[in-house]
Amino acid sequence: MKKFTQLKGTAAAIDKINIDTDQIIPKQYLTAITKAGLGKGLFHDFRYDMNDDELPDFVLNQDPWKNAKILVSGENFGCGSSREHAPWSLNDFGIRCVIAPSFADIFFNNCSKNGILLIALSEKDVNVLMNDAKHPATCSMIVDLLDQTVTRSNSSTIQFTIDASLKYRLLNGLDDIELTLLQSDHIKVFEEKQKLSHPWLYYGESN
Amino acid sequence: MDDVYKSTPKTLFDKIWDSHVVLENDDGTSLIYIDMHLTHEVTSWTGFEYLRDTGKLVRRTDKTLAVPDHSIPTINQAEGINDPIAREQVEALIKNTEDFKIPYIPLLDIRQGIVHVIGPEQGVTQPGSTLVCGDSHTATHGAFGCLAFGIGSSEVGHVLATQTLIQRRPKNMKIEIHGKAGAGITGKDIILSVIGQIGTAGGTGHVIEYVGQSINDLSMEGRMTLCNMTIEGGARAGLIAPDEKTFEYLKNKNYAPNSDHWEKAKDFWKSLRTDEGAKYDKIVSLDAKNLAPQVTWGTSPENVAPVTGHVPDPNQIENNQERNSVSEALEYMDLKPGHPINEIGISRVFIGSCTNSRIEDIRAAAEVAQGQKIANGVSAMVVPGSGLVKKQAEKEGLDKILKEAGFEWREPGCSMCIAMNDDRLAPGERCASTSNRNFKGRQGRGGRTHLVSPAMAAAAAIKGHFVDIRDFMA
Ligand code: SF4
Repeated sequence: MKKFTQLKGTAAAIDKINIDTDQIIPKQYLTAITKAGLGKGLFHDFRYDMNDDELPDFVLNQDPWKNAKILVSGENFGCGSSREHAPWSLNDFGIRCVIAPSFADIFFNNCSKNGILLIALSEKDVNVLMNDAKHPATCSMIVDLLDQTVTRSNSSTIQFTIDASLKYRLLNGLDDIELTLLQSDHIKVFEEKQKLSHPWLYYGESN
Repeated sequence: MDDVYKSTPKTLFDKIWDSHVVLENDDGTSLIYIDMHLTHEVTSWTGFEYLRDTGKLVRRTDKTLAVPDHSIPTINQAEGINDPIAREQVEALIKNTEDFKIPYIPLLDIRQGIVHVIGPEQGVTQPGSTLVCGDSHTATHGAFGCLAFGIGSSEVGHVLATQTLIQRRPKNMKIEIHGKAGAGITGKDIILSVIGQIGTAGGTGHVIEYVGQSINDLSMEGRMTLCNMTIEGGARAGLIAPDEKTFEYLKNKNYAPNSDHWEKAKDFWKSLRTDEGAKYDKIVSLDAKNLAPQVTWGTSPENVAPVTGHVPDPNQIENNQERNSVSEALEYMDLKPGHPINEIGISRVFIGSCTNSRIEDIRAAAEVAQGQKIANGVSAMVVPGSGLVKKQAEKEGLDKILKEAGFEWREPGCSMCIAMNDDRLAPGERCASTSNRNFKGRQGRGGRTHLVSPAMAAAAAIKGHFVDIRDFMA
């Protein structure tokens, strides 16, 4: 997983609530078996018309937001399906941080496994950053994970909270699977015990 | 039962969670053991790719089961998959299951179907166990008192390699549904009205346990519909305590405990109830008594109204963002404020998806369709959830009734729930759908989806607009 330490870049505002994963990346991108190129499909129906031509009104089609690295949006961002194509498409586009009042659970987990930082802030703070993001003069921000701050273009900062273990894993780019495999002995012990108490769950062996 | 267990009252969720903790980490997360892992073609390939790249194996092939469902066609399955990209994806699943020795249910197997329909049918969905799948509607399996939740592709890799997941303990939420639901009111209507009440983020961070008379009254199919859409209320999982109906459903299923273990398993399953005095973090109550059939009018499952009601007026909503989102939804749906729900006309009908494609759903649709014809200009299709559902429906002659009424009778798969194959809405088409998401473009770009129960969808097909199923059947 790519490390996340500090991110400096343009923030784009998508001022809507309940942005679902179908809007982040629609189904026609789910049949492929590669992550490369998914950035093209990010927010597809907002970005392109029926002929797949860019819609000039959409923020990610405009300068300077074409190169946005940060997204600011409304509550319940990422609701809907479990498709990890959503964080993959954000990553492929170059967005590594989303700021919103709240996020859907599965989307949150998926982002944290892909080096994307999700920052949940109060509605008030989100509104401040949303306004910043809407104007070319103020849309540049610095997100610092170590300090847990978002620095606005006027140099004032907004503090955010994050789970300590998630912070550690993001900062170091750690792979959960490798960490868990270090616990294999414990998993084995669990299985041995469960096999005695609930033998029917060992479908292949004792059924 | 030891003393600690007796003295601390636990919820059903607590019991299942606590008995699956392998390790508690210092940071408050837990390593949770997973008893069953279902996989399909769309979200599993990266997991296998990871195993290959890092030279790892699947820890428990016996606790993993794979089936293709999302991107497959629902006509002429015997001829294979035409779409080259979808075919490649399914072929990758076949290769992965072969290479890693995972049980695989092929496309033309009678057991094949939507992953959340086949799990219970095969008996892998068991009370008191943990089950995951790279799909958010894994919540369905909670109908059996099984702690089941959707995971992302990275987590699929984690389960394949370790048979565990790292999770933070969710909170407990109870939804009590009191009273007896009237005739024509289904699990679908109950869950739509729950979501209308709590909102699509109402359950975030929680596992919801459903209790009350109308839950006990529901069949296993109805309970699955209810738990299925728990994710639309933002919760990771829904749970219903197992009872005799649950045991009856599971008896003699492929993976269910065999006769050596059946009684012991049943005794254990009976202990899976929330203890008197156990604490919930959140409680919501609802009365099923006056519930009318529900129809969604917008682009989020929380945009729902009784069929006897009207499309809302955004100008009466105070909150800015909400008002904007309702206006935008109405614009997308091409609906005017105040429009009576039962006057909304439709041209497409989809009866299927992991929410409503089980035998009871097909029976409900056939009961409505019996001796009727679908309205002019409407095209309607019924997509059974699995080969076994299809076979049972055909045995009962339901396919004939439906076909005579003008419905198309398809082969099992996700179909127009997600529109990854050719089953999709054209821009502007309006559909009565028994699926679970009315998101913009979900059933085809520009398509307009109204979520309803199977009987309501079938009745809409016949009338060409929504009707109150209670009047229709009267
Ligand atoms: S039927 Fe729809 S919701 Fe269910 S698994 Fe398939 S695509 Fe997902």
